Amino acid sequence: MRRFFSAGRPPGRRWRNERRLIAALFLGPAALTVLVLVAYPMAHTLWLSLHDTSTGAFVGLANYGRMFSTEETRRAILNNIVWVVVAPTLVTVLGLMLAVLTQRVRWSTALKTILFMPMAISFLAVGVTFRLVYDEDPERGALNAALVAVHDAFSPPSRYYGVAPRDGTGLVPADGGYETADPVPASEPVAMPVVGLPRDRIPSEAAPASRPEAGVELRGVVWLDFTRGGGGEAGEIDATEVGLPGMRVEAVRDGQVVATTTTDASGRFVFPGLTEGDYIVRLAATNFTEPFRGVTWLGPRLVTPAVIGTYIWIWAGFAMILIQAGLAGLPRDVLEAARADGASDWQILRRVTVPLVWPILVVVLVTLSINVLKIFDLLYVLPPDSVQDEANVVALEMYRVSFGGGLDYGLGSALAVLLFLLVLPPMLFTIRRRRRERL
Amino acid sequence: MPRSARAAAAAVALLVLGACTVATPGAADPTLGDLRGRTLHVLATWSGTEQENFRAVLDEFERRTHATVQYTSGGTDLAVLLNSQIAGGQPPHIAFIPQPGVVAELARRGVLVPLRGAAAEAVRRNFSQTWQDLGTVDGQLYGLYFKVANKSAIWYRADAFEEAGVTPPSTWDELLDVSRTLVEAGITPMAIGGADGWMLTDWFENAYLRIAGPERYDALARHEIPWTDPTVVETLTLLADYWRTPRYVHGGAAGGTQVTFTQAVAEVFGSRPSCAMLFAADFVTVEINALDRVTVGEGARFFPWPSIDGSPPAVVVAGDQAVALRDTPETHALMTFLASPEAAQIMASRGGFLSVNRNLDPAYYPDDVTRALAAAVTDTPLLRFDLSDLTPQAFGGGSSAHMWVLLQNFLADGMSPAEVAQRLEEAASRDFKDDG
Repeated sequence: MRRFFSAGRPPGRRWRNERRLIAALFLGPAALTVLVLVAYPMAHTLWLSLHDTSTGAFVGLANYGRMFSTEETRRAILNNIVWVVVAPTLVTVLGLMLAVLTQRVRWSTALKTILFMPMAISFLAVGVTFRLVYDEDPERGALNAALVAVHDAFSPPSRYYGVAPRDGTGLVPADGGYETADPVPASEPVAMPVVGLPRDRIPSEAAPASRPEAGVELRGVVWLDFTRGGGGEAGEIDATEVGLPGMRVEAVRDGQVVATTTTDASGRFVFPGLTEGDYIVRLAATNFTEPFRGVTWLGPRLVTPAVIGTYIWIWAGFAMILIQAGLAGLPRDVLEAARADGASDWQILRRVTVPLVWPILVVVLVTLSINVLKIFDLLYVLPPDSVQDEANVVALEMYRVSFGGGLDYGLGSALAVLLFLLVLPPMLFTIRRRRRERL
Repeated sequence: MPRSARAAAAAVALLVLGACTVATPGAADPTLGDLRGRTLHVLATWSGTEQENFRAVLDEFERRTHATVQYTSGGTDLAVLLNSQIAGGQPPHIAFIPQPGVVAELARRGVLVPLRGAAAEAVRRNFSQTWQDLGTVDGQLYGLYFKVANKSAIWYRADAFEEAGVTPPSTWDELLDVSRTLVEAGITPMAIGGADGWMLTDWFENAYLRIAGPERYDALARHEIPWTDPTVVETLTLLADYWRTPRYVHGGAAGGTQVTFTQAVAEVFGSRPSCAMLFAADFVTVEINALDRVTVGEGARFFPWPSIDGSPPAVVVAGDQAVALRDTPETHALMTFLASPEAAQIMASRGGFLSVNRNLDPAYYPDDVTRALAAAVTDTPLLRFDLSDLTPQAFGGGSSAHMWVLLQNFLADGMSPAEVAQRLEEAASRDFKDDG
């Protein structure tokens, strides 16, 4: 510098002052902005984190102590660790796979555009959308609707799920079905009143129930013992009550099923040939198989994996594009040499491609790690309030304690400081890398 | 027909009111004063239709006084916005705060302006002692309850009750009978929007008021008795017995915490209803109307929360309390106007609004259901404010508040009543201490 000055004009005090002034003029606005918008809030956050919010008294590190002692915050920190370990890795691996694979398909540009598109949607909108995708009710949740459709294709629910015998009519639960509490003699018709079938699930072929005609074989009737609009007598076949056709009925003797039959349109059944002795009559469990209702994605146990899944959906395309840029810069001759040497695709990927794009993978991984540490919006909108405790991360907990109810800015600021400290290592790593690259 | 007669009376009254304001163009209302050139800032949670309706009230005030009123909707984060405005030295003139706990806190911080003069007089003239007391902190009158909510109504689908052949229950045992009969008819009795924690605190409060009585209710709200009190455990047991009975609750107990309030409304009053009953405050009528499947008062009706073990009729209420934050003439003028039956009339006639102004003619309410809901609040011998709103915010006042979350866990996880009572007590001792 000094040499530069001496080469030009003689170094004068005025000239130096002038240069300082110009520098200050140009730097000033930016420096002021940084001071006001970055340095001051940071200092103030630090100050807040050392003070009690309601009294304003200095409390030292008490807020930091509380941070690690309350259950909610501990859970948030733990969840953040899970996020940092799992999410960036999965996104990078998936991005690499997509980058390699999309090179080989014909409509690769179109495909890449589609894969990249989630990045164009705001996280808030993604959160709201996936709340619907993950909804537990298959009527609303797309994912569960698909699961239920697949499940029902292989094992459909029974016709009479949800149906149970009327109380106090001598029928007791047995192996998922219902049976007579005591053995009944074959000569006496068995009345099996059941309730709980919604109107829209009454089979169309169901006919009015009637008592079976007297006979010598074991027989009985299964009917829906509920008169619409009320007024029916419990355990009696009333005028408008219908039989339940197609119900599987078993006759049991000494714990062994000795005969099986099915009810007719008016709910009657007969066991041909069973004329002697006493039997327990059972409505088989297969009549009552409950429908599969899907998975509680946003329940306490699956909520974190579910939200991470959404995160991957958003970022995989981004990782793919970055890695693809790296792949495009690979020296062709190396790949061709490997191929000429007879390496398989898998070997090329593992021994040639990955080591060559490794620097890019590290950049993607570090960028995503910083991003994941700060994750907030997805977790704010996606999980229902009831599982926010289980889905909690540090940034969300920071918002919840500061603004969500307690207005505890002290604890919130302490969490913000923690978050800052957590982001530091990957940030420093990136800066160091940049510097090295420049050298 | 009394109904049409009342409607006609309301129409006439409105015309007269309109005529009065039209007849005096230019001249300001003498009781409120001429406030030309003055601007007021008002902050409340209302948005959408409620905001429009409230704007009509403010418009009338502007017409009478020539002042300008700027309304800001704080949404659910009202407390945050208000606190930052206070911290910035620019509080609104008037804020409508739903939590009495927050009002008390602000009053003790010296941020609020006590009501005096014409405004205080108007409150005393138009509001019963109960409501004056609810607006009083340490012997000073600060707030007036402009809008209240009746939180003791259980809504039901009339055709579901008809199909099962049941009538609205008046006792808890009858409610159990009705629920059992509905299950027998193949209809899920109850929808619970447990994903929204306040749905569950409302359950608790109504049951607790009936089981423990008003004295213990007040004591619990102030944390003078612990949450491990036998009455709390008894209440939680009663709720658990209902919530956990198979097929009583839509989606089962655990599934109940996945359903939001709006989804629960749709389960009962939507296009493919699956349930017969929904316990929700009167503002559910707005949601029912939005679904546009059944008419409130015909397909959708309500019965008061049933009596438990012979408890007398009781109503749990909530409400938005108007408080003054700046000591100016225009603030007092608007407070005076808000306390008047005229202000309540404007909003009442537009629906979705209950007032406890005792000089408001019920004829102004748009329908019989609203009238009945309002009458339940004004006529009940036993009235208590929503307990969770009386507690510190960290305990009862938000989506991460301990009482909300613990009741959600109670519904979802099958915790024992004693255990959840223990956890509530732990949280309460922490939150009440922080607050004190």
